[in-house]
Amino acid sequence: MYPPKFAYEAPKSIGEAIALLEAGGGEAKILAGGQSLIPMVKLRFASPEMLVDINGIPGLDYMTIDPDGTLRIGALVRHEDLEQSTTLAATHPTLAAAASLVADPIIRTRGTFVGSLCHADPQGDWSATMIALGGRIVVQGPKGKREIDLRNFVVGPFTNALAYNEIAIEAVIPPAKGTPRGSYLKLERRVGDFATASVAVALDMNGATVGRAGCALAGVGGRTIDANDAISVLVGKTLTPENIEAAADAVAAAADPRTDHRGSSDYKRHIVKTFVTRILTNIAHSEQKAA
Amino acid sequence: MSSLYDEVAPNPGADTPVRRVTIEVNGEKRTVDVEPRLLLVHLLRQGLALTGTHSGCDTSNCGACTVLFDGSPLKSCTMFAVQADGHKVETVEGMGTASGLHPVQEGFKEEHGLQCGFCTPGMMLASKALLERNPNPTEDEVRWALSGNLCRCTGYQNIVKSVLWAAEKMRNDQPQEA
Repeated sequence: MYPPKFAYEAPKSIGEAIALLEAGGGEAKILAGGQSLIPMVKLRFASPEMLVDINGIPGLDYMTIDPDGTLRIGALVRHEDLEQSTTLAATHPTLAAAASLVADPIIRTRGTFVGSLCHADPQGDWSATMIALGGRIVVQGPKGKREIDLRNFVVGPFTNALAYNEIAIEAVIPPAKGTPRGSYLKLERRVGDFATASVAVALDMNGATVGRAGCALAGVGGRTIDANDAISVLVGKTLTPENIEAAADAVAAAADPRTDHRGSSDYKRHIVKTFVTRILTNIAHSEQKAA
Repeated sequence: MSSLYDEVAPNPGADTPVRRVTIEVNGEKRTVDVEPRLLLVHLLRQGLALTGTHSGCDTSNCGACTVLFDGSPLKSCTMFAVQADGHKVETVEGMGTASGLHPVQEGFKEEHGLQCGFCTPGMMLASKALLERNPNPTEDEVRWALSGNLCRCTGYQNIVKSVLWAAEKMRNDQPQEA
């Protein structure tokens, strides 16, 4: 399969890339890992007139933590970089849990974290983790940079809030207010399939008490489901079985699954409840061990 | 050199963009003119006649087209040839020769790691990348590393055995080299 003809540019700086987008007038698209974009142009779901390949721009493959604990992930950090990080599990357990569940190992060597967020697939794994963590995207255009909360960045299925002349250059995850706990669970029919249902949970614990609680779901709605309000019933409480069940019920109620070839709507909602319960129960057990 | 180009657009007009790229394929620098939409897998197979790289699903699912890109496994149906400019690509043709097989190739022979053989080049390159990173993988780690490569003969059991065989051989060979 070949895409329609396109012009190819490989700029060496973000400024050059922005100028190319500007010249493209809405018909140019950024090519990072390409693991979603290239299949889409091959299937002719998308037919940009120009691809602006940013892989040759130096300095975009960083993953750094500021002194205050803010995590910054550059536009060319591959899924595999997160998977192979030896420190991420301690600082960002929700991201670490999702890293090895994105697509398959070969796709993960090439696909990028930020590109995946821009792709805005309702079944995307990273969007769910980012919403649970209260993450933001830094975008740069001709007039400078701005930050967009991920909940406002994804405006619909496969649609993001970037202007035609802007590039997403960095994902930002705010520091935890307490001990970071969390996980990501995904039910998939086989490796590399999209989620039948998946759950991202991120808690900031103050001792045995939940300080901040974040949650988001993939695969169970027309877009990534923001379940932060639903799981906020845990804030100020401890992870008792009763509190866990109340939170799991609230999150399952926030899901909006449809019956399809991956399962019935009831089944998917049941999976959401099971996954929330499982993640919270595991956190409760590890807190007990630590105490 | 025009053959590649004909593959995509038999009668390219003046508006057809063509780029000259230099790619190190199996240790040899190859300079070719490509239209940007030419996929790496097609450059390898039709342009450079390296037909050991197979094109299977053409949708990034099956991994038959796996090559090593700067040492990392990559599905060559999901990269444009023009993106490989200045990079290193290794295909199954670069792994070994008939009289000097790579240990992974030997493993697939010894443990009967192939049936129809279609997935084999991709399986072997993904395995080679795994063993370079992790010389002593568990069975689970082998299965995990190959989970992006499909075998429609479902011969996974022997594929896993082949990789474990190769891992052992490479570990045993190492002290002699040192």
